[in-house]
Amino acid sequence: MASNPMDQFKVEPIFQGPKIGPFDLTFTNASLWMVITAAAVILFMGMTMRGKLIPGRLQSMGELSYEFIADMLKETTGPEAVKWFPYVFTIFFFILFANLIGMNPYAFTTTSHIAVTAALAVFTILAVIVAGIWKNGLKWFKIFAPAGLPIIMYPIIIPIEIISFLSRPVTLAVRLFANMTAGHVMLKLFAIFIAYLVGKGAVTGVAAIVPILGTVGIVALEFLVAALQAFVFAILTCVYLNDVYHVDHH
Amino acid sequence: MAEEKLPAGEAAAGGMPQFDFSTFASQITWLIITFGILYFILATMILPKIGNTISNRHNRIADDLDTASRMQREAEEAEVAYERVLADAKAKAHNVAESTRASINEEIEREITAADAEAAAQALKSEAKIADVRREALSNIDAIARDAASDIVKKFIGKAPTAAQLKKILGG
Repeated sequence: MASNPMDQFKVEPIFQGPKIGPFDLTFTNASLWMVITAAAVILFMGMTMRGKLIPGRLQSMGELSYEFIADMLKETTGPEAVKWFPYVFTIFFFILFANLIGMNPYAFTTTSHIAVTAALAVFTILAVIVAGIWKNGLKWFKIFAPAGLPIIMYPIIIPIEIISFLSRPVTLAVRLFANMTAGHVMLKLFAIFIAYLVGKGAVTGVAAIVPILGTVGIVALEFLVAALQAFVFAILTCVYLNDVYHVDHH
Repeated sequence: MAEEKLPAGEAAAGGMPQFDFSTFASQITWLIITFGILYFILATMILPKIGNTISNRHNRIADDLDTASRMQREAEEAEVAYERVLADAKAKAHNVAESTRASINEEIEREITAADAEAAAQALKSEAKIADVRREALSNIDAIARDAASDIVKKFIGKAPTAAQLKKILGG
């Protein structure tokens, strides 16, 4: 019996792959579930792009997804950020599908790994830095020096702004990783507790109803968290993209 | 084979596979591959298609709304024109009725006048005839009276008076 609640996070190679520079092509269960996640998003969106004038149910789902992310980006970042739309869309749906697929029994939750969430956070923050400098030149660094402050405040404010900027990828990564990991650990603990109570005998077996109800509640909560964390990651990506376009309003 | 590769890192991570750094390179490599492919397919194939569909529908709806409002405007204009034509026709009909009534009245008036005149002429003629008749009648009375007187005298004296005598007596 897998009684260690951490076993579900184990990354195990399915077949070894070559290492190219810093990259390692070893195909693990994590890789497998990333491929499944990407394939599921492509399948879902592919099925919904029928292009009919009057959409059916499936097409409506795809169009609602499209407009949901488009509106979020437009309202949070502004209409000029429209070229980031595919990126925000990919971020949201990759994380959403990874989280939801991870809710299935025996599935591996790729977003419960700090390596994956940190890489996603780094994608976002690198995109902000590169696009910001590309678009504004060195003026982009003004985001660290808010306008309208007395000069004497700058020695204090600028380090604070830099630290706050650098903490963005950390919080992005840790928030998603911690939420997914904590939820799955909690589910596993409750499940192990059920098995333990049932195994101990009839009287405690009846008492197992308590962790069973707890598990049901946590499953519902975890579905909420799965969608919410994808949304939080995507909307924070939009918020951070603001720094590319609104250097002066910082 | 999995166990022989990973335990060292796992032990170092204190039991949390998430901090087994030996798996990081593989995870990040595969994340870049899968995320990159997903991004590419979404950005180049799926999302533009969905965006097109949505904007086509928006355009179509906007067009249809335009057409609808144009048609409504035309209908309103047609109604105004109809109202105007109807009002014109009503006014015209009223005029016709008025003028017809006036002309009929005039004709009646004329006929009455003519009839009155004719009646008056007829009356005048009749009065003249009556006067003639009366005069004639009156002149005959003398002769009748003379005849009657002559007859009466003849009865009394057996001999008719002469005309001169009668004339003298009656003062005729």
